[in-house]
Order: sequence, then C-alpha cells, then structure tokens
Amino acid sequence: MSTENLLKYSIVVLLLPILSFVINIFFGKKLKRASGVIGTSILMLSLVISIIIAFTKLSVYSGAKIIQTSAEWVNFGNVPGIGPLSIVVGIGIDNLSAIMLVVVTLISALVHLFSTEYMSGDPKYTRYFAYLGFFTFSMLGIVLTNNFFLMYVFWELVGISSYLLIGFWYEKRSASNAAKKAFLVNRVGDLGFWLGILILFVSYKSFSFDVIFENIKSGNLPFNSGFYLTLAGILVFCGAIGKSAQFPLHVWLPDAMEGPTPVSALIHAATMVAAGVYLVARVFVMFTADALTFIAYIGAITAFVAATIAITQNDIKKVLAYSTVSQLGYMIMALGVGAYTSGFFHLVTHAWFKAALFLGSGSVIHAMHHALHKAGDHHTDPQDIRNMGGLRKTMPITFITFLMCTLAISGVPFTSGFMSKDGILAGTLAFAHLSGHWLIPIIGFTAAGMTAFYMFRLVIITFTGKPKTTFAENTHESKLVMTLPLIVLAILSFWFFYSVNPFDASKGWFANWIKPPQTVVPAQYQWNFLTTKVSEEVASIDQTMEVEATKTVLEEEIHHNHTTAMILSLSVAGLGILLAFVFYFWKKVDVDALTEKIKPIYNFSLNKWYIDELYQSTIVNGTTAFSRLLGWFDNTIIDGAINGVAAISKWFSFFSGKFDNVVIDGIVNLTAYGTGFIGLLFRKAQTGKVQTYLIIVLIGLVLLFYFVS
Amino acid sequence: MTVGLSHYLVISAILFSLGLFAILTRKNAIMVLMGIELVLNSANLNFVAFSRFGRMNLEGHIATIFVIILAAAEAAIALAIILNIYHNYFSVNVDEIDKLKE
Repeated sequence: MSTENLLKYSIVVLLLPILSFVINIFFGKKLKRASGVIGTSILMLSLVISIIIAFTKLSVYSGAKIIQTSAEWVNFGNVPGIGPLSIVVGIGIDNLSAIMLVVVTLISALVHLFSTEYMSGDPKYTRYFAYLGFFTFSMLGIVLTNNFFLMYVFWELVGISSYLLIGFWYEKRSASNAAKKAFLVNRVGDLGFWLGILILFVSYKSFSFDVIFENIKSGNLPFNSGFYLTLAGILVFCGAIGKSAQFPLHVWLPDAMEGPTPVSALIHAATMVAAGVYLVARVFVMFTADALTFIAYIGAITAFVAATIAITQNDIKKVLAYSTVSQLGYMIMALGVGAYTSGFFHLVTHAWFKAALFLGSGSVIHAMHHALHKAGDHHTDPQDIRNMGGLRKTMPITFITFLMCTLAISGVPFTSGFMSKDGILAGTLAFAHLSGHWLIPIIGFTAAGMTAFYMFRLVIITFTGKPKTTFAENTHESKLVMTLPLIVLAILSFWFFYSVNPFDASKGWFANWIKPPQTVVPAQYQWNFLTTKVSEEVASIDQTMEVEATKTVLEEEIHHNHTTAMILSLSVAGLGILLAFVFYFWKKVDVDALTEKIKPIYNFSLNKWYIDELYQSTIVNGTTAFSRLLGWFDNTIIDGAINGVAAISKWFSFFSGKFDNVVIDGIVNLTAYGTGFIGLLFRKAQTGKVQTYLIIVLIGLVLLFYFVS
Repeated sequence: MTVGLSHYLVISAILFSLGLFAILTRKNAIMVLMGIELVLNSANLNFVAFSRFGRMNLEGHIATIFVIILAAAEAAIALAIILNIYHNYFSVNVDEIDKLKE
C-alpha cells in the first residue's frame, strides 16, 4: 500500500463512524432494531481497515516517523503587521496514531456489539447508536490530526458527544446534571488548552505540530523565553487535565456514570479520557522540565486521590470510575517522568481491561436489573455491590473475564497490566534517582497497592461468597453478544500480545513500535537526562527514516531500576490482594468495626475528599452569588436607566401624538374633503350611457371643425 | 340634368346623418347597430363616388369591399355581444346598460 492510500484509508476509517451517525439519525425511525446491526457492522469495517493501516504502518513503513498530508484551509493573505497568515490542516499516521486507531475502533466496535443487547428495549435505541458513531468519529479525529487546530475542533466534538451520551437518559435529573457537569468542567480545561494553542500560534503563525516543534528545536521560543514555553506546555496540558479527568478537574468522571454502562466503557477506556493522555504523548517533545514535573505531580496526585476514594465506594461503577481516574493519573505521571513508552503502553493495556471491566459491570447490572424487574422491585439499586455476591456461579463467563482484567489492573504477572504498570513504576524510580523527586515513586507504589486492594474488594464482594439478596441469586449469564466482547478484551489482557517475555516489555515489539521521541526543547530548559545520550552506535539511516536508536540516560536508568521496580510492585500488589482477601474473603478482620474506628478517614474517602462539596460551596455558590449581584445591578441600575428614558420618551410622544392628531391630520383631512367635493361636482358628467358620450364627442367634433376652419 | 359627384355626396351626407341620428337617439342596441351600418354605407357610397368621379379609381372599390367585409364581421361580433348583454341584463336597452358609471 502506498503512503497515499494509507492516508486515504485512514480518512475512510475516520468517516465511517460519521456515516453510521448520519444513517441512524436520518433513517432511525425506519431502521428501528436494524440500526444497532448497521452501527456495529460499520464499526467492524472501520476496525478491519484500522488493523490494515496499523499493520502496514508498523511493518512496511516502520522506519518512517510520520506519514502525513496537509492542506490549506483558510488563507488570510497578508495580514497588516503580521505577514502572511493561513490555517493549514491535515492528518498524519505515525506509530502512535496507528495503534491508537486500532484501540479506538476495536473498543468502539465491541461496545457497539455489546450495546445491541444491553440497550435493546430502550425507546431511543437508534439515537444511541447515532451518538456512539458520532463519539467514535470525534475521537478518531483527535487521533489522526497532525495539528493543534483540528485537534481542538475534534476535542470539542468529543466534549459535545460525551455530553449527549452521558445525558442520554436525560429524563433522569441526575443524568442531565452529570452531562452538564462533564461539559462545564471540561470547558475549564479546554480554555487553558486553547490559550496554550494561542501562545504557540501567536509565536509561530502555525497550528501544525511539525512547524511548531521545528521552531522550538531551532531555538525560537515563544516570546523568546523558556517561561512561555513552559506556560504553553502547562496550558496545553490543562486540556488533558479536563478530558483525562486529572485532579482538580476529575470531578466530572464519576458523575458520568449516569450514562449507559457501555458508554462508560467507551468513555473510560478508548475515547475521551484517553484523548488527554494521547494529547500529552502527541506533544510530549515540547514539554520543558518544569512542565513535565508539573504533569508528573498532577498525575501522581490524581492517582493517589482517586485510589483512596475508590477503596470505600459501594457502587460497582463508581469503583471502576475512580479506578479509571487513578489509572489515568498513572499514565499522566508516566509521561511526566519521561517514561513515554510505558505511559502509552499503559493507555493501551488499560483500554482493553478497563473496557472489559466496564462491560463486565454492565453485564452484571443488566442481569441484576432483569432479576429486579422480574421481581417487580424498583427500589433496590442494581449497581450496589452490597446487593450482589455469589455471581460467580450464575454468571461464570462474566466472572472469569472480570477476574482476568482485575488481575491485569492489579499488576499480577503474565498480564498486560503488569508489564505496563511495571514500566511506569520503573520510570518513576529512575526519575526520582535522577531528579530527586522521591514523592512520585512513593505515591506510585502506594496507589498500585491500593489498586490491587480495591479491585479485589470489588471482585470478592460482587462475585464470591453467598448471594446477599434473592435478586443476586436469580441472575443469569448474559447473551453471547454481551459476553463475546468481554472474552475478546480479556484475552487481550494477556502478555503475549505485547512481548514474548512476560516480565520485561522493553524488549517486546510494542516497546519497539513506540519509542520515546527526541525532545525539541533547548537543553537549558530540559532535564539533562532526557537529552543526553548514552551510546550513539546507530545513526539515522537516511533523511526520511529517522530511527532513534540511541538511548537517553533516563532509559538507561529505567533499565537499571527495572528489577527493583518489579519486586516492589509485585510485593505491593501482593499485599493489596492479600489484604483484600483477609478483609473480605476470609473475613479475618471485622471491616465494620475497623471503619467505625477510623470513621473520619473513612468518611473522608467515602465522600470523595469533599471535593464536590468544596466546589459547590466556593465556585458554584460563588458564581451564583456573583450572578445574583449582576442580576440586581441589571434590575435596578440598568433597568432604572432604561425605564427613565422610556418615561421621557412617553411624555414626549404624548405631545408629538397630539400635534399629529390635530395639525397634521387636519391638513390631510382637509385635502381629502376638498378632493371629494370637487369629485362630487364632476361626477354628474359620468352617466355611463354610451349615447351621452357620443353626443359629447359629436359636439366636440363640430366645435373643433368650427374653430379649426 | 346630369348626375354628378355632388349628388352622390349629398345622398351620402344624408345617409350619414340618418345613421348618426339613429345611433344617438335609438334606445335599442340593434337599432344603434343598424345606425352604424348606415354610417358605414354612407362611407362606402363616398368611396365609390370618388372612385367614379375623382382620382381614386380602383382603390375606392377595394376600400369599399374591405368596409363591407368589416361591416359583416362587426355585425357578427356586435350581435354576439348584444346577445350576451341580453343574457346578463334581460334587456337590450342601451340606457339601462350603464355599468360603466360604477
């Protein structure tokens, strides 16, 4: 396949989901049930093409850094004082986007498939599939673009489509509020993102990644200062804070659970939250040392805060939601410390097992819902794990896949999650060694232990033991269309898809595909361990094939720390799992008594660190108070001024009206009466009789003759 | 006494006056139409007379034939119009047909 065809196919991949959207939105009424099948098959096609593209890129064009094409979209001509200005847009395929294409389309296709059963019976069935297509389209746009402009456009499209999906059951007040919250919180991050883009655009007159990076590389910094480069990096990262639900803007994500469960799987695995991490990976090369440190700390804080909250949640989806936030923090932290490969690797592996976990929880909720429905119970919460238990027997496939993915997220060997998490932890250790930021690996390992604990707590309470309600007893395994995606995703959580050696991913083919890119930031603003090379045995082969075979000091250090990290991460994961078993399976410790003892801490975690309450009392209430002040200003001062003007106008119009009525109308009426009177005089001449007229004609003729002659 | 041009013209003038009189005084539309025929025929007589005594030669005859044909067509159309008027007003009295006034 030529590079041209590769790009053409990727455009096809991009446009197929929007085709699904168009078909389902315009012909949904006629299609009814068929819309699910159509949406699924279109996404399947899209998936197949994506796999072909990824395969071609990774094998045939493995040397090429990026295959891209651009076109001028708007040309402003020669702007006075600025010079020629135009907006160039385009798409590009590199290893990162090729892999991401497969991730997005596969999960989207599986979610489509899953939804055909999960959403059956929903009155808005066709619209649901239309939205899913739209969402996938937006995410694919982010993946494929090669410039900030289109990135931002698709970024916002993801925002609006997530709004539509989270608020899909908008009849429920909580759902519509959650959708609004997600949209508004994201907007905060997006504002920063846009400001960051503008700093870069003002400096370089271009949105294109390549042009911006080339400029930075040549030492041309925004406003000639490293500070502005750091600022631009942090502002762009703000977009990721919003979309990837990083602390302090993570509050929207747990609420987004109000959407249908397959949507949660899509949002939390492959799209939207992945967009932020993908963005950071995409523009990784332009982050300065300060920006990277900021990113690493934000990621670490997020990972820790979310993990502490996840421990106490009782809603199956809430646990998974906070686990997503925590894992996203991990990825961001990994990118922040420079463990680029592991960060992106974790994005991919996390996408598989988190999608499976969400779909698995969907399967459980579906089964619980049906059992409750049969029993005519509408009060019991089908999502509360305290109502479940013993589902291992009634839902064996769901249980096994769920367990597999739990092992993966906890970082148990022979799973994908083990390799990626291990790489991240090794990265944080190496980073701490080289820079002295020891807090980051400490948080990293703590969060890893907590992850293992709360995930096993979830599995044990949900699937093992005795059923806690009769409904849990009466659940049944879901249909094949729902379990098949689970099986596929669970299988993808094994190690052998990424590397032969289950203990070291750095020699595997995935690490070979995703190499840390060469930073473009000038040396004085960058960590020296990211710029200096260890060995330089392989130089670039030719101009187009930029192979970066040299290792940075950081990579070397990661390599050294690998064993330490592995032992440490295994022990914390083991400890977490062991504690979960002690607490919930063998019940050696009375959990209730323990929570009573540490009530304040427990409540702090249960109430999500009171962050929502904090925002409510400060930002939300502050805004409402400020609006009330503005409202008062409007009502009294502005309206008062307007009313005053109105009163004067009214008074003036009264006199103006009198003048009109008496003087002007008098003249007009007089003219009319005069005309009428004259008309009355001449009306007599008009008899309507032809002969009268003829006589007048005759007399006229005779007179004419008389006078002429 | 020889019959000359002036005799014809006098006859023609008498005929024209009679026709005009009929047009102006008759109340019946058909009578008015007949008056018109008289006026037309007085013109015919003039044409023929000038053709005989004047310098019009053949043109006068041709004009006369034209007028006769025109008169026939006019009579046909005018009678049709009168018939329609009768259908609408149940009268052919031109005095009563004074809708033009309104």
